[in-house]
Amino acid sequence: MYNEKVMEAFKNPKNVGEIENYDGIGVVGNASCGDIMQITIKVENNVIVDAKFKTFGCAAAVATSSTATDMVIGMTLEEALEVTNKKVVEVLEGLPPQKIHCSVLAEEAIKKAIEDYRSKQGK
Amino acid sequence: MQKIYLDHAATTAVLPEVVEKMLPYFSGVYGNASSQHFYGREAQKALDEARDTIAKIINAHPSEVYFTSGGTEADNWAMKGIARAYESKGKHVITTAIEHPAVLGACKDLERVGFEVSYIGVNKNGVIDLDKLVSEIRSDTILISCMYANNEIGTIQPIEQIAKIAKERNIAFFTDAVQAMPVIDIDVKKVGMDAMSFSSHKFNGPKGIGVLYVRNGLKIKSMVSGGHQERTKRGGTSNVALAVGMAEALRLNRLTLKQDYAYVEGLRDYFVKRVEEEIPFAYLNGDRQNRVPSNADFSFEFIEGESILFSLDLEGIAVSSGSACSSGSLDPSHVLLAIGVEEALAHGSIRFSFGKDNTKEQVDYTVDKLKEIISRLRAMSPLYKLNSEIKKV
Repeated sequence: MYNEKVMEAFKNPKNVGEIENYDGIGVVGNASCGDIMQITIKVENNVIVDAKFKTFGCAAAVATSSTATDMVIGMTLEEALEVTNKKVVEVLEGLPPQKIHCSVLAEEAIKKAIEDYRSKQGK
Repeated sequence: MQKIYLDHAATTAVLPEVVEKMLPYFSGVYGNASSQHFYGREAQKALDEARDTIAKIINAHPSEVYFTSGGTEADNWAMKGIARAYESKGKHVITTAIEHPAVLGACKDLERVGFEVSYIGVNKNGVIDLDKLVSEIRSDTILISCMYANNEIGTIQPIEQIAKIAKERNIAFFTDAVQAMPVIDIDVKKVGMDAMSFSSHKFNGPKGIGVLYVRNGLKIKSMVSGGHQERTKRGGTSNVALAVGMAEALRLNRLTLKQDYAYVEGLRDYFVKRVEEEIPFAYLNGDRQNRVPSNADFSFEFIEGESILFSLDLEGIAVSSGSACSSGSLDPSHVLLAIGVEEALAHGSIRFSFGKDNTKEQVDYTVDKLKEIISRLRAMSPLYKLNSEIKKV
C-alpha cells in the first residue's frame, strides 16, 4: 500500500526528537484518533535552522513528519508557511487516499510551531 | 532475511497433501456434479464423500452440511436466512458487540429491512454476560447469534450454555465458528447449536470454500436462488475440488489436533511470558483461560499499531493490527473498544497468531525484534515523554 519512498522515510526517519531550548513548538492531533504530531523548531534570523519531530501514529504519519521537517530546515518562516500537505505528499511521491490526513497534520504542526515562535517574539 | 508467519488467524497455507488430493478434480474429474452422465456422477461421488467426511467430524448428518464460498457467505446466509425464515414469529435478533464484520454487516442489513437487533456487551476479558443475554430475550426474539471464538482477541464464549438458553426458549441459535474450528473438536450434537459457520482456509484448506451447518428441522431461506445444488438452498455449480480439499484439510487437522494444540499453546504461552516480562506497558487483551491456543493480542502503550506492524514487516515478521490505520477507518477495533480498552491504547494493538509451523527460535527472534521496535517507536512518540514526565511528578 505504501510506495518505497514512504517506507524508506518510515524506516530511517530524519529529525527525530525534540530540540532542547526550542524557539517554537506545534502539537496537533489526538491520541483517540491515533495520530499526534509534535514539531519543534530553532529559528535564527527568520530562518528555520533546525526542526525535529515526535510522532505517535502510523507509518505515513512518521514518513510525513520526517519529510516535512526536512523540507523546512533552511527555509525562511514565510517559505515554511507555504509548505502545504500537498507538497509533502509530492516529495513522498504519493500516499494512499486514507493517509492524506497524516500529511495535513504535518503541515498544521509546522504552522503551529511558527505561530508559537512568533507569539513568543511578541509579533 | 528469514520470513516468519504469525498471522494464522488471517489464513493458513494449504497443506501439500491437501493440494495433492484436490488436483484430480480440476482437469481430470471435471464433470459438473449435477450432470447425470458418468463425468457428473464421478464428481458427485467426490462431493458426497467430502460432505460425509465433514459431517462425520462435526457429528452432523451429511444433509445438514451446506457448502458455501466461505465464512463471510455462511455468516450472512445464517443471519439473514434464519431471520427471514422465522420473521412471522417475530423480528428481534440478539447478537454480540464483538462479532466478525460479516455478522455485524448482516445485522445492519436486517435492520434496514425492519428487524431489530440487540448487541450484547462483553466483560473486560471479552466473554459475554449470560444474564444480560437472558434479559434481552423478548417474546419476538427469533434468533441469537454469538461467535464461538473471537477473531481478534481469541476469547472462547460459553457456547453450550447459550445453546441451552436458546433451546429452552425455542429460539434459533447460530454460532460463527470460523476461528474455533481449527482448534476445537466441535460436536454439534453435544454443543447443541442450530447453525454454525466455518471456513476451510483457517485450517490449511483452500480459500473460497466454507460450510454452514444447519440442524435438520431448522428453517432457513435460500440466499442464492436458481440452482438445485445444496438441497436447493444454495445454487451454483458445486466446487468439487475445493470441497474435497476442505474435507481433507479438516480430516488431517483432527488427526493431530491434540498434539498440535499443545504445541501451539506452548509457543504462544512462551511468547506471552517473554513479552510481559521484557516489554513494559504491554497488555494482553482477552481472557487468559478461555482462549484459542494460537492467539496473543497485545496493546502496546504510547505507540500506534500500524507502525509496529510495518516495522515487524521490515524484519520479515507478518502480524496483523487492530489499529484503525490498517483498516482505512479512523476508529480502532470495535472488539477492543467493547472490552473497555481506551481508544489511544486500542490504536496500539497487534494480533500475533501462531501455527504448528512456527518454532521457538522464531518466537525468540520475534520478541527480540519486537523489543527493539517498541523502544524505537516509543523514543519517537510524544506520548511516551509526556507520560514519563507525568510519572515523575
